[in-house]
Amino acid sequence: MRVLAAMSGGVDSAVAAARAVDAGHDVVGVHLALSRGSAGDGSAGPAPARARGCCTVEDAGDARRAADVLGIPFYVWDLSERFQADVVDDFTAEYAAGRTPNPCVRCNERVKFAALLDRALALGFDALATGHYARLEPSADGGPPTLHRARDAAKDQSYVLAVLPPERLARALLPLGDAASKAEVREEAAQRGLAVAEKPDSHDICFVPGGDARAWLAERVPRRPGLVRDEDGAVLAEHDGAAGFTVGQRRGLRVGRPAADGKPRYVLSLSVASGDVVVGPAERLERTRVVGGPPVWAGPPPAEGHRLGAQLRAHGAEVPCVLAGTDPLVLDLAEPVRGVAPGQTVALYDGTRVVGSATVERAA
Amino acid sequence: MSASSPDGRPAERPARVYADHAASAPVLPEAAEAVLRALSLTGNASSAHAEGRAARRVLEESRERVAASLGAAADEVVLTSGGTEADALAVTGLYRARREQDPARRRVLVSAVEHPAVLEPARGLAAAEGAELVLLPVDERGRLRTDALAAELERHGGATALVSTMWANNETGVLQPLEEVVRLAAAHGVPVHSDAVQAPATQDVDLAASGLAALSVSGHKVGAPVGTGALLLRRGQALAPLVRGGGQERGLRSGTSAVALAAGLATALAAAARDRPAEAARLAGLRARLLAGVRAGVPDAALRGDERPGASLPGTAMLTLPGCDGDALLYLLDARDVAVSTGSACSAGALRPSHVLAAMGVPDDDARGALRVSLGRTSTAEDVDRLVAVLPEVVVAARRARAATLPTTRTPSPTPAAAGSAATAGV
Repeated sequence: MRVLAAMSGGVDSAVAAARAVDAGHDVVGVHLALSRGSAGDGSAGPAPARARGCCTVEDAGDARRAADVLGIPFYVWDLSERFQADVVDDFTAEYAAGRTPNPCVRCNERVKFAALLDRALALGFDALATGHYARLEPSADGGPPTLHRARDAAKDQSYVLAVLPPERLARALLPLGDAASKAEVREEAAQRGLAVAEKPDSHDICFVPGGDARAWLAERVPRRPGLVRDEDGAVLAEHDGAAGFTVGQRRGLRVGRPAADGKPRYVLSLSVASGDVVVGPAERLERTRVVGGPPVWAGPPPAEGHRLGAQLRAHGAEVPCVLAGTDPLVLDLAEPVRGVAPGQTVALYDGTRVVGSATVERAA
Repeated sequence: MSASSPDGRPAERPARVYADHAASAPVLPEAAEAVLRALSLTGNASSAHAEGRAARRVLEESRERVAASLGAAADEVVLTSGGTEADALAVTGLYRARREQDPARRRVLVSAVEHPAVLEPARGLAAAEGAELVLLPVDERGRLRTDALAAELERHGGATALVSTMWANNETGVLQPLEEVVRLAAAHGVPVHSDAVQAPATQDVDLAASGLAALSVSGHKVGAPVGTGALLLRRGQALAPLVRGGGQERGLRSGTSAVALAAGLATALAAAARDRPAEAARLAGLRARLLAGVRAGVPDAALRGDERPGASLPGTAMLTLPGCDGDALLYLLDARDVAVSTGSACSAGALRPSHVLAAMGVPDDDARGALRVSLGRTSTAEDVDRLVAVLPEVVVAARRARAATLPTTRTPSPTPAAAGSAATAGV
């Protein structure tokens, strides 16, 4: 196959590309320039502080060097326009609406496995390889493959791919799904002579320099001061904008007085319309029913009453649940989960297999 | 992509078509031989012993040949590491020297289509040394508007430190009206520098005849190794050095003389001067063949520049292909063994709309589909024919790819035919 390997400049995507080469594919590496002024705009002077692992000149250089070591052609493609519209602006708008988006999910859904994959297909490629830790298993009937958790549960990234419809997964190649561990991948990178073998993992939101998302949002979301209240409506503090708070957030509430029970308080809910941010003790965050938007199913929708696992955050634990409704998606969780926020993605599992996903609309 | 790919492609692939001579030209065998010969010399050209004298002899003979090839005297040649260094030395050095003589002269006039090697030092002077940077406009064909320069000098001639205008643009190949620039500037006592990096292979670059105060050349655009270049500085022209040290190059560019590189530069420039008339005519013929072929295969392609005879470098053609992205075109052609470039390469390989096309009034949307074809000494009619043959299918694929990349929220682009502009010079 002709395979386009997305190469971020990190160790995972470099090894993924290497494994695609080893598998006998005709591989071309591509690094995505995702932010304006990134990856070599030719301007002089030291690079401003940018998050690592996305699109700094250094990352592009690391990716290029890895491609050279692998002996594959390499290009930098500018998808910044698309990334801005579909990931960055979406992120800002979601927070402005009082929701909690996951930009990595959006990026996979709308940039990597949408714009990039479509572009690759148009240019004559058959598949897109990435360094995600997740497994694709071929289907028995020759249809699209199914997505499964990675062999290494600690590194599993199937959550951020769970939004992909089957026809997109059919064009994906995930060579790291069977890796035993990140350590194994680093070891392999070192053996292959890839200089990124010891490069630190990236954790932050790639387009937020320094990782301070609240400060970043504060510059972009209109400030509308409001009140921090307890569940009885008593005013505890003022804030300068409900947008940017996240359900389950504890820090930065600036609530002067301690709670009557002396326990820390968390954001329970927020309303951008009224400006109210309601806080309370941790146990009041607990939710057992999740309602989502229109689900994306990997195959035929499971029957109502089906027992599944739900994952509500990128690194959250899987919680057993019962599928109480499919349109809209309704899940009854077997155990309470804290901090379920509208805007988050819920990924549904049957064993290791991803069966579908949806965006959380509300929880009770 | 390995030659033995499993998808059934032939293991034997045709030789590649290299149509990116404006980025870097293949090293001339005679230049390589000159470098190798000089590498056998031991000794620092500044040393007084026999070894030093032998090295110095090659260095100075090389300097004389560079001078002879470019209408200059040997003591007007400042050897550098390349065109970028020569440009930086000229812009910064002329500014500092002119301002030293007359503190009122703070204005730096450069054309809007200059290479970053000129633009960035000029911006540096504006940011750190009180310079007032003026970007001079070009017309829709990419040629400097001398009326704007005249008006600028009329108002601020006494406050102007220097003018820098390239000989030929690196993206479009369009020749600049240097004679007029020099005439206008001279009336106000303003020195003129020209980045002539793209010119020597086909143009009569002659320092004396040009009236320029300084001009930059680069070795690797004419078949010398990368890492060679020179600033030609008119005798008597004041210039402040950038690299200070042992005082080589008459104190204007310190650093142990790179004797072997100088030999390569001299040999390549001499060959360029020798072959220039025949080469210019040959390349003009190839370019006409290219444009006719492109016109036939991709009717809405547009030449950005000046197609009139003698108005641009004969081997360079900047095309815009509506509905395409330059990086997709580059990939598709590379995969078909054709090497070209988009508007302008940059260190990380990402693409931004060309500032040259923007200055010519080309809309961003059209500038995204820019493709620079630059033919040179090794180019053949077969190269041109192969490029022309694959271009239509490449454009079709690039348009599909562009459509896939548009933001989902964006309204569709106007049809390619409607996206043309006044800057279209009718391919």
